[in-house]
Amino acid sequence: MSQRKVYLDHNATTPLHPKVKKKIIDTMNIFGNPSSLHEIGRKARQLITESRGEIADFINADPEEIIFVGSGSEANNTVLSMLTCPSKPCTLHSEQKPHVITTKIEHPCILETASCINQTAEVDYLQVDKNGKIDLQELKDKLKSNTILVSVMMANNEIGTIQDIKKIGEIVQEHGSLFHTDAVQAVGKIPVDVKELGIDYLSMSAHKIYGPKGIGALYIKKGAPFCPFIHGGHQEKGRRAGTENTSGIVGFAEAIKQRRQEMDSEVKRLAQLRKKLKQGLKNNIEKIKFIGEQKDTLPNTLNVAFYGVEGEAILLYLDNEGIAVSTGSACSSGSTEPSHVISATGLEQEYIHGSIRISMGRTTTEKDIDYTIETFTSVIKKLRSFTTFNN
Amino acid sequence: MSAPQWVYSDKVKEHFMNPKNVLEGKPDDFEHDGEGLAGSMQCGDEMLFLIKVDREKEIITDCRWKTFGCASAIASASKLSEMVIGMSLDEAYNINANDIIVELGGLPDKKVHCSVLGDKALREAIKDYYQKIGQPENIPEEVNRVICECNNVTENDIEDVVLDNIKDFKQLQKKTGLGTTCGQCIEEARKVMQGYIEHYFQNK
Repeated sequence: MSQRKVYLDHNATTPLHPKVKKKIIDTMNIFGNPSSLHEIGRKARQLITESRGEIADFINADPEEIIFVGSGSEANNTVLSMLTCPSKPCTLHSEQKPHVITTKIEHPCILETASCINQTAEVDYLQVDKNGKIDLQELKDKLKSNTILVSVMMANNEIGTIQDIKKIGEIVQEHGSLFHTDAVQAVGKIPVDVKELGIDYLSMSAHKIYGPKGIGALYIKKGAPFCPFIHGGHQEKGRRAGTENTSGIVGFAEAIKQRRQEMDSEVKRLAQLRKKLKQGLKNNIEKIKFIGEQKDTLPNTLNVAFYGVEGEAILLYLDNEGIAVSTGSACSSGSTEPSHVISATGLEQEYIHGSIRISMGRTTTEKDIDYTIETFTSVIKKLRSFTTFNN
Repeated sequence: MSAPQWVYSDKVKEHFMNPKNVLEGKPDDFEHDGEGLAGSMQCGDEMLFLIKVDREKEIITDCRWKTFGCASAIASASKLSEMVIGMSLDEAYNINANDIIVELGGLPDKKVHCSVLGDKALREAIKDYYQKIGQPENIPEEVNRVICECNNVTENDIEDVVLDNIKDFKQLQKKTGLGTTCGQCIEEARKVMQGYIEHYFQNK
């Protein structure tokens, strides 16, 4: 019996959109170094210019405000590292120690960089409520005279929570600080308009939206301070060295182009599927909790916690049945600590260990969801039959 | 091109997907002579082990278990349950995590912490048995205790390091990984190390 394969880990990564694949293949022979002055170079340069325009337009930015980087992680590292760059001409600092505000639920690339710059900068982490939302009052209270930057992720990768970026932008702007948002999980999934949201810096990644891996972009508002993270040649107008990844950039732009066409209808469709999935799981399985409210979460993301069964065990049983998901449990992360994001929402420990992230995508069908509900039901039942918790 | 079948070995997969000797229902549904609990749900790993003992021969005749934990925890509980049936209480008492891992054909390093619960729960069950029959003095002696459970460092391992003329605790930690995960064993480990240093180097 051929097993149904259901990929429900789109927040981890996505398969290439068929049109993206085709575009990359078709342009792969345009191999020139875009910095070269000859025709071979100019052909590559042309592709990059077009791609940059496409991506900028999608978020209502100007092309010069977009630089290409190697990943969402690099974009995030670039922004935070600016704060403690020792070179006086490009540093943002004032005479005081720079102060940064971020949140407890950021992606590790923000948290790790923040803890790295903690030697020379002061970092504050905003709490979140049980749905993963930050408290705007806490942000207002924490802003001080030496707050240079506030970094709040637009949409969380584990629980899907979408922050009120517009309000945060207003508060930060009024205070006179800079505002960065890690929008890696947001761009292409929900509408993003950088001008409307009052953002100074924004991180993006291609492989979360059916584009290739190894390419990201950083939006830098015209006039906002900037300091290169990768030093060297003059690529990206001296803002990010390294010969441009033409194929990656082309793939990224094509992915954005497809998102432009598919996003609106996808948002509706996925929200419906998620509703069905949530209801199905609720109806068939007891002692279950969902993290994040339906309205302010990414439509494709559902994080569900099961009492009394452990995440890695659930994941592997599901994998055996052809379903791919991810978990916030400690055992799977390589450390003995469970997901920092779910922990920050205050969920009880027994539930945290049994949390599963389901993230749907453009190819997820209703039949897939039916199969998922059915399989989860039988897997949880089996695992609960040999767990220590008593009904 | 097919992906590697599993992160774990076939043996582990078998015990994980079809675990042996799982307790069906509640502890009272299985007639047992000793009961042991280790870990906690808050920690992410908890194991309950029940043993049936032949009092005269002092061997385990049957056992059942339940576990809240990952694939390694479930597989190692299942494997352990197979190992102990027919074993003397003495021998069973001294099974350590490594023994279980070897029987399973290996586990990823970071998973040692999970599998460690099985032997702990079993030891508690054996202690419970002796207490129930009013013979606490007969609880077997622990030979070659595991001092650091997270990294599976035993008394013998510490002894070996000291015999290499290493008397600095940090160096011991570097060599063995002892106390570098949860850190709860450090106090005891220092005592054990000091014991060996005094034993072997008391004249120096």
